[in-house]
Amino acid sequence: MMDFIVIPILALLAATAVTVARIRNLWAAVMFTGIYSFLSASWMLILDAPDVAFTEAAVGAGITTILMLATLSLTPRRHRKSGRLSSEDFEERPSKSPLFPLLIVTITGCALVYGTFDMPHFGDPNAPIQVYPEPSFVEKSQPDMHGLPNVVTAVLASYRGYDTLGETAVIFTAGIAVLLILRKNTDDKDGSESQAVTGENV
Amino acid sequence: MNSFPIIRVITKLLIPYILLFGLYVQFHGDFGPGGGFQAGVIFAAALILYGLVYGLPAVHKVAPPKVIEKLTALGLLVYAGTGLVCMLLGGNFLDYDVLNHGVLTELPAAFDFLPGDKPHHFLPEGQHLGIFLVELGVGITVTAVMTMIFYAFAGRERVTS
Repeated sequence: MMDFIVIPILALLAATAVTVARIRNLWAAVMFTGIYSFLSASWMLILDAPDVAFTEAAVGAGITTILMLATLSLTPRRHRKSGRLSSEDFEERPSKSPLFPLLIVTITGCALVYGTFDMPHFGDPNAPIQVYPEPSFVEKSQPDMHGLPNVVTAVLASYRGYDTLGETAVIFTAGIAVLLILRKNTDDKDGSESQAVTGENV
Repeated sequence: MNSFPIIRVITKLLIPYILLFGLYVQFHGDFGPGGGFQAGVIFAAALILYGLVYGLPAVHKVAPPKVIEKLTALGLLVYAGTGLVCMLLGGNFLDYDVLNHGVLTELPAAFDFLPGDKPHHFLPEGQHLGIFLVELGVGITVTAVMTMIFYAFAGRERVTS
């Protein structure tokens, strides 16, 4: 019964991925990446991972798409005299032969598939992730967390709280980096609006 | 987007529910699916939607860039501060067990007339309180960073060729 939902979603995912790779119009490609993210979110919901689906829908389909569209609208459409790349360059077909990249992609893919042979089978009860730690987080989180039912949150925020602190620091650092890079042109003549955006100093 | 009344009205209808859902994901994340990161991006998505439809000045009134910049650091400070409080109370860094306070952890007897099961905890304590605080920190930082990145992109002038 589930197959009626699973197979169409996976087929649409594959079709969208091929479309993103083949389409020459950048605006359409960005919209298709948004569609791809939303399909991924539906797929993750079927896999019983609603919190990952939230993130995928909000970040992948929403924020990233908007930022990509903003980038496209900011880049010039015509060739500049200095010969820099513009969005129109990418709308033409690539001139070089695709055989060499195809070869590299095939070899890398085969190596990755070969690597998966060493991994435990999907759902293997003897896989390290199932037997470590003993007792498992599922069992010991109930007494440890005063009965908080969400084991994922317990692992992320308590057992692995140190890692999550690092992740938050990474997000913070990334935000600061984006701000430092994009703030640069506030000293040009019509920078009054961007100055209002980014604050008082630079 | 001034000339699209349908989009404007629908956006205004949707945003309160997006914000409410963000708060639910944030503060119910230890019981149901969710957590700080998810809540942060949902909250930021609501702000970005408002900015897209009503323009950058409107969203700057709601969430001033200066405040957003400071919230970025505040979230991380809340997270690390929770760890430091645990150390000051005699535990290890981020060891929430020392946050047990025993104040009002049971529902007061005055609420016994309420039907249904009593909540397990009235005020969070110990591990629950620690998780609550660090997820709050994550949520604040993620909301602020996502909104800030949107501001940085949307505030740029188009490069004229």
